[in-house]
Amino acid sequence: MTKVLPFNLSWRFVRVWQRNLIVYRRIWLVNFFVPLLEPLLYLAAFGIGLSALIGTVSFEGRELSYTAFIAPALLAITIMYNAFFENTYASFVRMYYQKTFDAMLATPLSLDEVITGEIIWGATKSLIATAIMLAVISLFGLVRYPHGLLILPLAFLGGIAFGSVGMVFTGTLPSIDMFNLPIFLFISPMFLFSGTFFPIDGLPVWVQHLAIAFPLTHLVTLTRHLCLGMFGTHLLWGVGYLFLFSLVFYPLALLTMRKRLIH
Amino acid sequence: MPNPAHYIVEARNLNKQFGEFVAVRNISFHLLRGECLGLLGPNGAGKTSTIRMLYGFSPMTGGTLKVFGIDMRTGWRAIRFGIGVCQQENNLDPDLTVLQNLEVFARYFDIPTKSAREKADRLLRFIALENRKNDKVTTLSGGMMRRVVLARALINDPELLILDEPTTGLDPQSRHQVWERLEELRSRGLSILLTTHNMDEAERLCDRLIIMDHGRILVQGKPSQLIREYAGRDVVEVVEPSPEFRSHVKSLNLMHDNLDHRIIIYGQEGDRTFEKMTGEYCRDNCIRRMATLEDVFLRLTGRELRE
Repeated sequence: MTKVLPFNLSWRFVRVWQRNLIVYRRIWLVNFFVPLLEPLLYLAAFGIGLSALIGTVSFEGRELSYTAFIAPALLAITIMYNAFFENTYASFVRMYYQKTFDAMLATPLSLDEVITGEIIWGATKSLIATAIMLAVISLFGLVRYPHGLLILPLAFLGGIAFGSVGMVFTGTLPSIDMFNLPIFLFISPMFLFSGTFFPIDGLPVWVQHLAIAFPLTHLVTLTRHLCLGMFGTHLLWGVGYLFLFSLVFYPLALLTMRKRLIH
Repeated sequence: MPNPAHYIVEARNLNKQFGEFVAVRNISFHLLRGECLGLLGPNGAGKTSTIRMLYGFSPMTGGTLKVFGIDMRTGWRAIRFGIGVCQQENNLDPDLTVLQNLEVFARYFDIPTKSAREKADRLLRFIALENRKNDKVTTLSGGMMRRVVLARALINDPELLILDEPTTGLDPQSRHQVWERLEELRSRGLSILLTTHNMDEAERLCDRLIIMDHGRILVQGKPSQLIREYAGRDVVEVVEPSPEFRSHVKSLNLMHDNLDHRIIIYGQEGDRTFEKMTGEYCRDNCIRRMATLEDVFLRLTGRELRE
């Protein structure tokens, strides 16, 4: 019988987070370059290339340039990608190939702490990448302050949500190649249909309903409102959804990893 | 009976099941302070399953286990503070340098940065790798990596060192290097538990041995005792013996193993049988040698292949 509860959790997860930070700092230049240059690439392609075709997009009664429309979505996608890829591929490599978790489990760390440290680290990566990207986008005058600063804590929350669900896949998928499956079924549809590159109200109703279930849809709505300096209590629904999503998938991540690693 | 207060490890009816498969069947043993105890057994005997329970990696299916007098079920974290573990696989952190590997590990034990550096430097001298401390571990040879794993296991000044096949896959030079380090640790009074299927290693390092198979303890005792008891003193191996010789040995009621191409006879001290036998039957197909731990091992666990 596997013991399910209680969780073995203490502040010690910080040690695991620190380990990842040390590795991150060794190659910080690479880690900084991607979020620095990626938005420029997208803004050039979509902002210059597509803008001419699309013109403006109407959003909550405002006419936005296409660039202003997609810039906040780029932030949301960055939040999703950083945490999800960190807690799938990178965590899988540490768990399966490098046996880093096995080594940690011979020290006073519990598995729950190791996994929590990994997820918090994934969220931290989301936060760092978002901060860099936010700075770049701000240079184009696409972010209103101080509202825009709220995107930083949001990046952390979103990171936990996407990192947790990524960790559930890490705990269940037998090999690293299988990550293509959740990416195809989960990440790519969200990337395209979460109100990222076009508003979802143009889609068939059933697709709209599906899009509401995507955590990225809520994240995009939030970053878009905050970038535009629009603030309202209805935004709390989105925050609540991300909380709820984390509250489901974080414990599930701990349980699947226990099932995988504790024998 | 030794005083239970001196028990570093006390296992009673330890049991480990994976679904239907029983890996460890109700074994009981202890490890005394300052002792080096070896777990011997063929592949699949339950050695690794046993020690994984010992450092709180695998939950026990049944039985009680105390380490440093603390119950594993409730005090696993306190126990792990006092244990150093060398797992079977080299799981050094390839993203980090040699020194960072030790320093990062020190953090897991709440060792402050400054004293972590001091300890790491001292341990790197101990394993003679201080000149490689800023290299990535991926650039080290297998033997060097194993020494770093050993140093990492010592970063918390453990009271008990657990080694799962510490020299498997190493060349003879590296193996002897590791043995020398372990002998030094032993002479300092560190309690050691190791698994191995290298008989030289067991005989050289261990004060006491437990031979396991199929999840059970077959025998335990000092290496020399086990040899005396289960393989005698002198051994005669006869290659391609004649059928008459085989039946002669059988009729003499000697301790022996009758194999396809050879017969192995285990003699006791002051035994005159050998002289008689060798005179009558042996030409150049007889080898007389000391009994070894390998004889004991093969006699107890059988000669058929595992896995």
